[in-house]
Amino acid sequence: MQFKALMLAALAGDAAAYRSLLTALTPHLRAYYAKRLSRRADAEDLVQETLIAIHVKRASYDPSLPFTAWLHAIARYKLIDHLRRSGVRRTLPIEEAEAVVAEENVDAAEAARDVEQLLARLPEKKRALVRDVKIEGLSTAEAAAKTGLSESAVKVNVHRSLRKLAEIVRRRS
Amino acid sequence: MKTADLLERLAENPAPVKSATGGLAVAIAAGGLVSFAAMLAFFGFRPDLAAAIHTWTYWVKFAYPLLLAVITLRSAERLGRPGARARLGWELLPFAVIAVAALVQWTGAAPPERWELLWGHSHTVCPWRIVALSLPLLAGCLWGMRRLAPTRPMLAGAAAGLFSGAAGAWIYAFACNEYSAVFVAVWYTVGMALVGLLGALIGRWVLRW
Repeated sequence: MQFKALMLAALAGDAAAYRSLLTALTPHLRAYYAKRLSRRADAEDLVQETLIAIHVKRASYDPSLPFTAWLHAIARYKLIDHLRRSGVRRTLPIEEAEAVVAEENVDAAEAARDVEQLLARLPEKKRALVRDVKIEGLSTAEAAAKTGLSESAVKVNVHRSLRKLAEIVRRRS
Repeated sequence: MKTADLLERLAENPAPVKSATGGLAVAIAAGGLVSFAAMLAFFGFRPDLAAAIHTWTYWVKFAYPLLLAVITLRSAERLGRPGARARLGWELLPFAVIAVAALVQWTGAAPPERWELLWGHSHTVCPWRIVALSLPLLAGCLWGMRRLAPTRPMLAGAAAGLFSGAAGAWIYAFACNEYSAVFVAVWYTVGMALVGLLGALIGRWVLRW
């Protein structure tokens, strides 16, 4: 696994590997916090705090365990810590927020990367369409207006693209 | 500061990381030495040690805290690693062992002798002595665990406390001349549990990061 190899090199003192690792992790952390915090500035603060925590606590990584599990536990700890400190009562009590996050796939960051790799297999126009409709959450009408295709063409294209992606996944496993 | 700048600064010069377990081991060993020296200075080895090692209850008193210490140290270390699984399981084994040993002795004794097995002659001081001897170990263990990253500081502190209490009790057992497993099952456990509680309270503050 890529992250883990970088982490092991970084622990041995390889600065280049360490920079690549932190660089690769940053967008994942940004997405993680942006999804869970309403204020953008808070999310960015937490990204920074988490990068620092990763740095200061890197000795706590046990190489016999998955790297993503370690990363996720640290990100979650920082999130809960932040919610507690800010004392804001959000729509969810903290205990539930913890549960919601905990139920999530530990490999969320990895999954996001896999999705990107999969999408790269589609032709550019279809890729953009799938991203708009299935990831960004545009409606069929909005996507049609954006691309100039008819609504039914959008539907058909998205449907075919998804079927192709499913095919790729099935062949891989 | 911008995130990109922060990232550059962090990545500038990552020193090779030494094993956190090694640091923990050194801190605990230092605490253990202080505890042992304190045991010798304040209480001394029990005078009848040579004779006592031929009784089974001596080995119960020796093995119970030692077993608990080994198991809880492992739990504390796991709890210090984000993403590692830490489930209650093996921690119950030493308690089961001592419960069986105490029951065997209790039911095997004539009813009038039973209370003597329970109270011994030092139950008023025993738990407190264990707490006192555990403090250097608790300090060392918590200090060593600060290099790790417990995501549940209170629970990690409790594990550190139970370990320190158990290790302190094991050291105290060299000085304590109580002969009954029932005594150990009750009063040693009380002492160790107090240190576990103390560890949880302190850990909640000092193990945060």
